[in-house]
Formats: sequence, C-alpha cells, structure tokens
Amino acid sequence: MNQSDPLVAGQNRPANALAAARQRAHALIAKSHPATVQACFARMGDLPQTSPLRPTEIGLIMVRGRVGGDGQRFNLGELPVARAAVRIDGGAVGVGYVAGRDHDHAEMAALADAMIQSDNWREQLEDVVLAPLAAELAIRKTTNARKAAATKVDFFTMVRTRAEK
Amino acid sequence: MAYVSVKGGERAISNAHQWLDEARRGDCGVGEIGVDQIREQLALAVDRVMMEGSCYDRDLAAMAIKQARGDVTEAIFLLRAYRTTLARFGASEPIETQKMDVLRRVSAAFKDIPGGQILGPTFDYTHRLIDFDETEAAKAPLAEDSIDRVIPTIGHVLGHESLLEPAPPEDENTAEPYDLTREPMAFPATRDQRLQALARGDEGFLLSLAYASQRGWGNTHPLCGEIRLGEVAVELVPEELGFAIEVGEITVTECQMISNFEGSADRPPQFTRGYGLSFGHNERKAMSMAIVDRALRHAEVGETPAHAVQDEEFVLYHSDNVEASGFVQHLKLPHYVDFQAELQFVRRLRKEWFAARENPSTIAEAAE
Repeated sequence: MNQSDPLVAGQNRPANALAAARQRAHALIAKSHPATVQACFARMGDLPQTSPLRPTEIGLIMVRGRVGGDGQRFNLGELPVARAAVRIDGGAVGVGYVAGRDHDHAEMAALADAMIQSDNWREQLEDVVLAPLAAELAIRKTTNARKAAATKVDFFTMVRTRAEK
Repeated sequence: MAYVSVKGGERAISNAHQWLDEARRGDCGVGEIGVDQIREQLALAVDRVMMEGSCYDRDLAAMAIKQARGDVTEAIFLLRAYRTTLARFGASEPIETQKMDVLRRVSAAFKDIPGGQILGPTFDYTHRLIDFDETEAAKAPLAEDSIDRVIPTIGHVLGHESLLEPAPPEDENTAEPYDLTREPMAFPATRDQRLQALARGDEGFLLSLAYASQRGWGNTHPLCGEIRLGEVAVELVPEELGFAIEVGEITVTECQMISNFEGSADRPPQFTRGYGLSFGHNERKAMSMAIVDRALRHAEVGETPAHAVQDEEFVLYHSDNVEASGFVQHLKLPHYVDFQAELQFVRRLRKEWFAARENPSTIAEAAE
C-alpha cells in the first residue's frame, strides 16, 4: 500500500518523533473518559507547576465527511470542543483540544501535551497516564470487535436442485 | 402581512410556562428521569437530535429531549439554538469512514463482501413485538476472535473494475466546502451543499421522499450496497500545533446506495452511488439520505426530472424541520391585525356578492 492509501493509518503523522508522541497523547486523552484521565493523573503524585496561557474555553468545530466516503469534502455537522493551553515549569507549552464541554478534560490534555515535551516528565507521563489509557482503550476496542464478530453471519442463497430420478 | 407584535399577557404566559414545567415533570410519585438515563437508554432519540440539531453532544441532546418532554423536533430546535452561542474553532479533517471501528456492517447487494456481514446491535430480524416481560438486559456474547481491524468499503471492493462510479474528487476551484451555517441556500446546489442540508434534514421528510422515489415518484431503484455503523476519530489541525490531532471519537452511520445506470454517450454503463452519512446510529436516516442524494443527481446521469424528489429547490427548501416547524407553527401566534383586515375584505366581498345577486344588472353595468 502506498502513502496515499486511506487505509494506511496515521496519514497525517508528521515526520518528527516528538510530534508523533504528542499526537498519541492527544488521541489517548481525548478518547478516554475525563474521569479515567483524572484518576490516572491523581496517581501521579507530583505534577508540574502550571501557568495558564489563555482561558480554557468551549467552541465548535465543523465535522467534515467525504462524498461516498472518499470523495469531495462536505460539512456534516458540528462538535463542541473544549480547548486549553498551559505552560509548565521549564517552559514547555501544552495545548489541549478535546470533544465535549469539559474544561478539566481539555486542561489535562494540555498538561499532558506540555509534559511529553519535557525530558523531566515524559517518562512518568507515559507510565502512569498514557500506557494505562492505551491499555483501557485497547480493551474497549477489542471487546466491541469481539461482540461484532459474534454477530457475523453467512447468508446463503438457496439453490434449487432437482433430485435425480 | 405577517403577524404584528402584541403587548400584554405577561402573567398568563408566565403561568403557562410554570404549568408546562409541572406537566413536564409528570406524576411526582414517579421518579424523575435523569439526563444520563436518557443518554444511555434513549440513545437513538439522542442520535437523531444530535444530527438534526447539527451538534454532536450526547449530554446536551439528552438534556434537550428531557426539557422538550420527548418532543424530538422541539429538542432539535433547542440544540440548534445552543450551537449559535458558541464560537467556531475550525473545521475537522474529513472523517475517514474506511478506517471506522466497525460495530455493524451489512451489504444487501454483495453476499460475500470482504470483511463479512456483521449484524451488530440491530432491530433487524426482531419480531417487533412488545415484550411484556421486561427482564434484565442480556449481555452481548463475545466471539473468540475480533472482526478485521479494517473492513474495506464497497468502493474498494468494486471500484477497481469501474463497475461502480468513483466518488467525485475534490473540486480544485473551491477552497472550502459549502457551509449552510455561513452561507444562504443557493441554486443550483452543489453536492456538498446538498449533503449538508440532507444531513441536517428532517428524517421523516427524507424517509417519505425516499419511499415515494422507490414507489415510482422518482427514478431510484437502488440496492443497499453497504451500511456501516461504528466509531471514527475526529482530527483537527489546531493553528498552534500545525499538525493533526484526534480530538475524540464519534459514532456515525454510513450508507452507500447503488443504482444501475444504463450508460450514455459519455459514460459507460455502471452502478451509480447515492451517499448517506449521519451522526450516531440512524440507518433510516442514512438510507433515506442516500436515496434522495442519488435522486437529486439526475442531471449527471441524463435522467429527466419529473418528480418532487428530483427537484432540489423543493427538497432543500423544505427539509429543515426547525424552519418548517417554525413557519407552520407561527400561525398559532397572534395574527389579529391580519384577521381584522381579512375580515373587512371578506365582508365587503359578501356585500358585493349579495348585491349582485339581487340586482344582476349592477354588475353588468359596473363591468361596462
């Protein structure tokens, strides 16, 4: 499969590894329930000192689809999103965007985005927050995929045959 | 002349709204329903309100349904009103339905479609009988193995032979897709504009149009190429970052209808497609949308439009239930001045009519 094949995951992945790590952290936090993310951060003990860069706020993004699933773009409908930006000790700036209207969720995404850029925090974030979220997400996905597999059918068409006399 | 504003009635209005609150609550001896219960247990009503309200937020949609006493159209109005209060941060990257984490996927056309027929949580094949013996919900059985991680779409399955028309490529001349929330309806409509309007459109209206089209008031004889339900990631490229991040996942239903096309001077015979996409789980909506989308493409395949479903002005001007409901229901509001004027007019006509009957010559004279 070549790069333009839509079935290849991560088409938008930037070349540099740090950006890829940031994308992964964003995805894991955004796709996890805020309470689950909160529980992970609570297990962290110390957290970096933060200073907010702009007020956390809620807005909309227009969700787009493609005609036929792979053609011209069109506007499907809107999705509320919360966004936050923080600076942590050491200067790293984190940005968070998560679907929904939960300010804390967006702030945790921004915090994680800043921590992953910091050599002091990257490893701990991975172990205490990101890895458990990834594991939980994988379980959720696998459970659904197994439920779906249990409903897989083989329709067959009846073939009329005449018995030999 | 439209209705004119009236003054007064504030106390009656306030009292009526308090009664509405009381009536909404119903019998206080029965426990109050929670927004979370609506979100979890009336999920398909929530899905419909999110799509036609054009705002994917399960909690808000559930809250709207509760406050609208279960009146779905009223709830859609509440959600549409809410969305106008928020700023627009941007637009997502197009969702990639080919990469959907599939929960359900069936094709009525291809029995042996790669990836298989996956029924998922469906009403299909149920007996549609009320179960008077409501027992605790069953647990979904788990298969040993998962379904394939990526299930190919019908476009991938048939596309390589050109038996199925390819999806229209991006128009290089348009920088951004048409946005009905920013631009007024204009005709002739482009396909992106039509699909946005149909996605927001009233399910009942589209269902009836699709039904009429199938029955002969249209020219659509489709087969359901594929329906898929599942979760897709929503990606956004925030300015601050300059690269795409996933901001969450949404559940969507996608429908690809296929109709045969016998060919024209320019195009070989092939299957043509109609496309439907909806927030949440709503196959009736996605299928109706796909049939109406295909019917509106009559010019592309050289069909002669002869029916309502093929008339884009008729379809797109009347598909929005917030507008439709507003225009029909505004007739309830005071029209006293209009009525006074019409009353005078009808009285004069009656006077003239009776006068003419008593003395026919006056009419003849007046006419000369």
